[in-house]
Amino acid sequence: MKIFKSSGKLIGLLILVGFTAFFFVPVIWVVLATTKTDHQLTSAGPFTFGSLHTFIAAWKALFGFDNGIMASWLKNSAIYSFGGVAIAAFAAVVAGYGLALTRFVGRRTLLGITLVTMIMPATALVLPLFLEMNSVHLTDTPWSVILPFSFFPFGVYLCYIFFSSTIPRDLLSAARVDGCSEWGVFRYLALPLARPVVALVAFFAFVADWNNYYLPFVMISDNNKLPVQVGLEYLISSTAAFNPGNPGSGTELVKRPELALAVLVAISVVAIVFLFAQRTLVKGLLAGATKE
Amino acid sequence: MKVSSTASISAGTTPARNRRVDGALPVGGSRSAGYYFVSLYAVLLILFGVIPTGYAIFLAFTKTGGGFAAALNFTRAFNDFRFLPAFQHIAEFLVVWMSAEVILILILALMLHSLSTRTSAFFRFLFYMPGALAGAASVLVWLFMLDPTLSPGHLFLKGFGLSQLNLVLLPGHLPFVFALIAFWTGAGGWIVVMYGALNNIPEELLEAAKLDGANALQSAIRIKLPLIKKWVAYMLILSFAGGTQLFVEPQLVGQASAGLVSNTWTPNQLAYYIAFNNDNFNEAAAISVILLVLGLGGATFLVWRTKFFEIN
Repeated sequence: MKIFKSSGKLIGLLILVGFTAFFFVPVIWVVLATTKTDHQLTSAGPFTFGSLHTFIAAWKALFGFDNGIMASWLKNSAIYSFGGVAIAAFAAVVAGYGLALTRFVGRRTLLGITLVTMIMPATALVLPLFLEMNSVHLTDTPWSVILPFSFFPFGVYLCYIFFSSTIPRDLLSAARVDGCSEWGVFRYLALPLARPVVALVAFFAFVADWNNYYLPFVMISDNNKLPVQVGLEYLISSTAAFNPGNPGSGTELVKRPELALAVLVAISVVAIVFLFAQRTLVKGLLAGATKE
Repeated sequence: MKVSSTASISAGTTPARNRRVDGALPVGGSRSAGYYFVSLYAVLLILFGVIPTGYAIFLAFTKTGGGFAAALNFTRAFNDFRFLPAFQHIAEFLVVWMSAEVILILILALMLHSLSTRTSAFFRFLFYMPGALAGAASVLVWLFMLDPTLSPGHLFLKGFGLSQLNLVLLPGHLPFVFALIAFWTGAGGWIVVMYGALNNIPEELLEAAKLDGANALQSAIRIKLPLIKKWVAYMLILSFAGGTQLFVEPQLVGQASAGLVSNTWTPNQLAYYIAFNNDNFNEAAAISVILLVLGLGGATFLVWRTKFFEIN
């Protein structure tokens, strides 16, 4: 019986180690790949470290590629994401408050539509959005990406949950009795309390926007206006190793370590935001749980 | 989508508690104030949710040169030689991906649940991490991982006789390749969700089972699994709705493999191709509407046919 039990534990441990490797090894490999030359990628062992010197060379090559287009892509990603997040977070906190703490005709309908659009995959609306943007001649402009980003029903739902579970209504009534206007109640009472949930909404919106591929892929055709996620595709098409017969359209070519570095740069922005926001995020996640 | 679905669950259970409060306390404020607060969001919802949906439906039923088309765009799309293969690919992908999700995520969540809170938190973080690499970045990572000349798993790949990327990307392997990428980015979020659901099972119930002589495996299969069944259904509905929209994985792998993956491999790619390479927005809209119905169907079912989201 005891042997049986410990062999079960061993199998369990093996499964855990196996899946840890599955989830984590690819990330480690990408980090190490940025320190190696293209030749070392295939000749040296997968978990060897190249040199800092090679890393710097790859960095220079990547940011020098196509007149520094990588930096433009990062800047575009930042503009699209922050623009979308700013509008989405503001709209969400105000609407979440309205849905949770005021009563009006159509409130339940609005909540129902919000839930459906929140669960529905955002990709399903991309081509219809393109057709709409195209009819008002906004495609290939930052607005064609920022405006759809600013519609973020999940953020509204989070704020709605927050306000309906954490703000005591007596407090709001008291403020009204004291002569505070409706906007004043929101601005000076509810909003300061909602800071953690606003951070949470902004974080989720940022990750979704930064990683979004299909929407900007469809909306933006000018290479210089692409966000970095779509730029990665352009890099792939310029990588000789992935296009043996057809070495891309440009004369410049990208090597695989530079491609790995591009991946690392693209994802590290989300990682950095996550690290900085972590404390606020945890507070936001707990805010709903610690009431009453 | 994945990140949001994860958090919606922790949030989704709270409003029910306030039901009682809702009618009992004075709401206060004027009715018009509510409209004032939701107005900006409502405008965004109409402009970027309702209108595009309506416009796509309108285009799908309009002829290329104008005029009511009835089902013409739909029959033309259906008769396109790439239409049925695209849906077949998606079906194969969904079967592989969703089976992997059910089996592996449940096994991992049950295992983490049997560990101490601190150890399991460490593993949950590790498994959740690749989720941050969603989109094009994760596809690129796997292009490296699946290339036997580069991959740390090259021995594994060669064990299957796959010595070149071309062989890994054979048509019959593609549903597995895309399911692998989707699983890698999405599984961690669902493991967290299932772990949370397992944590909600009352301790007394598991104690009682133990006293009755149930071992770990029995209590997992007989007690824990039936109690988290609805979360598995939730995961499958969301995965189905999201999976039908597959785009970035086949698009990028196709780009990197010089045409080994057709650029109309999924319905979404086909719609894109018809819109931009054939300049036929009406037929593309017809395919979009079909995809929209699949996505909307899953979402509507969850909101109105299950009790996941309660609105007070």
